[in-house]
Amino acid sequence: MATFLIYKVLLASVILILSLLVAMYSTLIERKVAGWFQDRLGPDRAGLWGLLQPLADGIKLFFKEEFMPNTADKFLYILGPSLTMFIACLTSAVIPWGPDLIVNGKTYSLQVADVNVGILYIFAIVSIGVYGIMIGGWASNNKYSLLGAVRASSQMISYELAMSLSIISIVMMTGSLSMREIVNQQAGLHWNIWVQPLGFLIFLICAFAETNRSPFDLPECETELVGGYHTEYSSMKLGFYLFSEYINMFISGAVMATLFLGGYHFPFIDKLGLSQNVFAAVSFLIFFLKITFFGFIFMWVRWTLPRFRYDQLMRLGWKALIPLAIFNVLITGVVILINK
Amino acid sequence: MEPLTKKSRLVSNKKLSLLEKIYLPAIFNGMWITVSHLFRRKATIKYPEVKREFSEIYRGQHVLKRDDEGRERCTACGLCAVACPAEAITMVAAERKPGEENRYREEKYAAVYEINMLRCIFCGLCEEACPKEAIFLTKRTVQSEFDRDKFIYGKDILLEPFDPDRRIDISKRQTPGVLEFKKDKRHLHNK
Repeated sequence: MATFLIYKVLLASVILILSLLVAMYSTLIERKVAGWFQDRLGPDRAGLWGLLQPLADGIKLFFKEEFMPNTADKFLYILGPSLTMFIACLTSAVIPWGPDLIVNGKTYSLQVADVNVGILYIFAIVSIGVYGIMIGGWASNNKYSLLGAVRASSQMISYELAMSLSIISIVMMTGSLSMREIVNQQAGLHWNIWVQPLGFLIFLICAFAETNRSPFDLPECETELVGGYHTEYSSMKLGFYLFSEYINMFISGAVMATLFLGGYHFPFIDKLGLSQNVFAAVSFLIFFLKITFFGFIFMWVRWTLPRFRYDQLMRLGWKALIPLAIFNVLITGVVILINK
Repeated sequence: MEPLTKKSRLVSNKKLSLLEKIYLPAIFNGMWITVSHLFRRKATIKYPEVKREFSEIYRGQHVLKRDDEGRERCTACGLCAVACPAEAITMVAAERKPGEENRYREEKYAAVYEINMLRCIFCGLCEEACPKEAIFLTKRTVQSEFDRDKFIYGKDILLEPFDPDRRIDISKRQTPGVLEFKKDKRHLHNK
């Protein structure tokens, strides 16, 4: 029992550190990719290829003046970014990062918690995420922040619906809510994306909206709302908001890879005759590559598409994505019935 | 009216077709455009390590030339100051004293010769106007300063060094076309 606990704590810490590191370097990659898309070189002054840039940014944020508006609600003002960061780090708990490790005859699962309602857990956590933004925007006592917060909450609620609906068809197909089970059913090349392309597209679009990324970055849209919900934030509190966006990106990439791209599975890897632990490591690398691919897509879209107008955003969410997701559920149901 | 470029499009308020309404083809098109930029040659360079090549006939900071014997060529005729569209050049003429023949080429010389580098637009008209081949623009750039006063360059900065090895090469600015032009001048001063 003690080893079990120690192992779980260790795994959780490793995953936490990993997601923080990835988020840290996503900021650099984002700026690099933005530069390349715009025919620039991107930041390369700090360290080799700018590898120390995230460190410099972090240090800068820590040493910035800690400013708090005197009309702000002190408790909620601090709670906002803390909650956002906390929630962003929570989601990774149910994601299966690879096949089991075997050390000294004992099996160690590369998943912090194999909850049998893993998908529900993720949706529950993600929907709490909006509170961090809402509380921060409300507590700042600034009209721009409030507008950003209002936008964020309505946007996230609207897109969560379509997102959950697109997942329902996956759940119907696999007959399970457990992440591990869903991944294992996609072994080889039986990825869900081949049978659920529409569901994948809807989920992808909703993921952009859920992470407040362009073209759905209305909550923080600089051109209209100064900084949106984080207008009044400075120093590391602002850093937490910006940082949690990148963690969310990483996690939603992981969720998409798990649900649609077969998680850590890749054809012919299991036939190479690797020992179990090497196999687990290779599988984890494959999973990581898939997440990186999604991270790149997030950035690619951000530096290509302009921002939606608010009414367009709402129309897309309610009048296009939700009916399409329902239609997808219907088709899936019919196909399952026929194949029975 | 004839459109000036092929890029201009007439605005129309026609209804979008279904394919246009679902945005996706346009989005993929746009993403193709951005991803093609990913592999293009970058417009920026790693500046302090890599420097852009200057043209051999770049028009940068001026030089006041000396002749082969090290005498100042400038005779303070003021044609450069007259030609200067930015009115950046001022000078004070002085008469050569006996015994100064090794310093100044002709009887008159510029005791003070100043160019205000903040006014200068580096057009090269001074060089064109000069009948004595005394002033040339060079590849050197004017360095930044903290004081405006320091941008008024006097003879101490403009005049090229006396040492023959440290003379400033302006042969690249004297392209065949320039030499031809200098010959065509109505009054050949520089015999």
